[in-house]
Amino acid sequence: MFEAVAFYLFAFLTIVMFYITVTTSQALFALTALAAGMIFISAFFFILGADFLGAVQIIVYTGAVMALYAFGMMFFDTTRKVKEKNGNKYIVVGLATLSAVMVVAIFMAPIVSTNIQVFYPEIEGVGNTQMVGIVLFTKYLIPFEVAAVMLLVAMVAGIVLAGKKMDLSLTKMNAEQIKEIEEKDKKVLS
Amino acid sequence: MEIGLNHYLILSTILFAIGLVGIMRRKNLLLLFFATEILLNAVNIGFAAISHYYGDLTGEMFAFFIIAIAASELAVGLGLLIVWYKRHGSIDLDTMTSMRG
Repeated sequence: MFEAVAFYLFAFLTIVMFYITVTTSQALFALTALAAGMIFISAFFFILGADFLGAVQIIVYTGAVMALYAFGMMFFDTTRKVKEKNGNKYIVVGLATLSAVMVVAIFMAPIVSTNIQVFYPEIEGVGNTQMVGIVLFTKYLIPFEVAAVMLLVAMVAGIVLAGKKMDLSLTKMNAEQIKEIEEKDKKVLS
Repeated sequence: MEIGLNHYLILSTILFAIGLVGIMRRKNLLLLFFATEILLNAVNIGFAAISHYYGDLTGEMFAFFIIAIAASELAVGLGLLIVWYKRHGSIDLDTMTSMRG
């Protein structure tokens, strides 16, 4: 009973939040609604008994990803209204078709494949977090390490890309120096 | 009323469709990234639900790796976006048509 109430409540909230994210014309509203939607999604993980995944969802998405977006938005002009495409009939038709095909595929997949086998069944008396640790560090150790290397590479790439010329402080330079740098930039870019 | 696997799959479908709509109608690249996050989260719900209802942890493992991939995609993508904004002063998709003949 409580599960059903919680499911419908959080489903409604998540859909509303993501709908706001997709349709609003203010980038800041979109960011806030997305962060709220991420937290509501972690509620589903808690309902499903995936405690560790829910905690990771809150920490990684609303902690790291949203903070990174917020920092990124400081670089962009977010006060300007976001322009959107006017409805193109072909796009709408394509979207509707794609969504319909996807719905059918998702509904048919569990029904068609009745011979699903459990690879790593849960052990009795072992909590979810412990079980995640057991599976992650035995069966999925190599993907785990590869993911760690990938995160490192992504971090280095992010620093290299975003950190260009961050050693220059525009507030400490006088007008001539800034003009000089801008002209140099124009030459490089053109 | 019992909440079954299909409920979660329907929810996952709805969220995925919302993300698709976002990708199709947005012009601002930052909001395109938001729509991508919605897609990844929708898939995560499906994985967690299947993992729960079949008593198998493989789905949850995939959800973890999807979260890791989302985080690294975001770091690289936002870096590229900042570089683009510094050069062109705009992150609209329409400014990226420089390869049109």
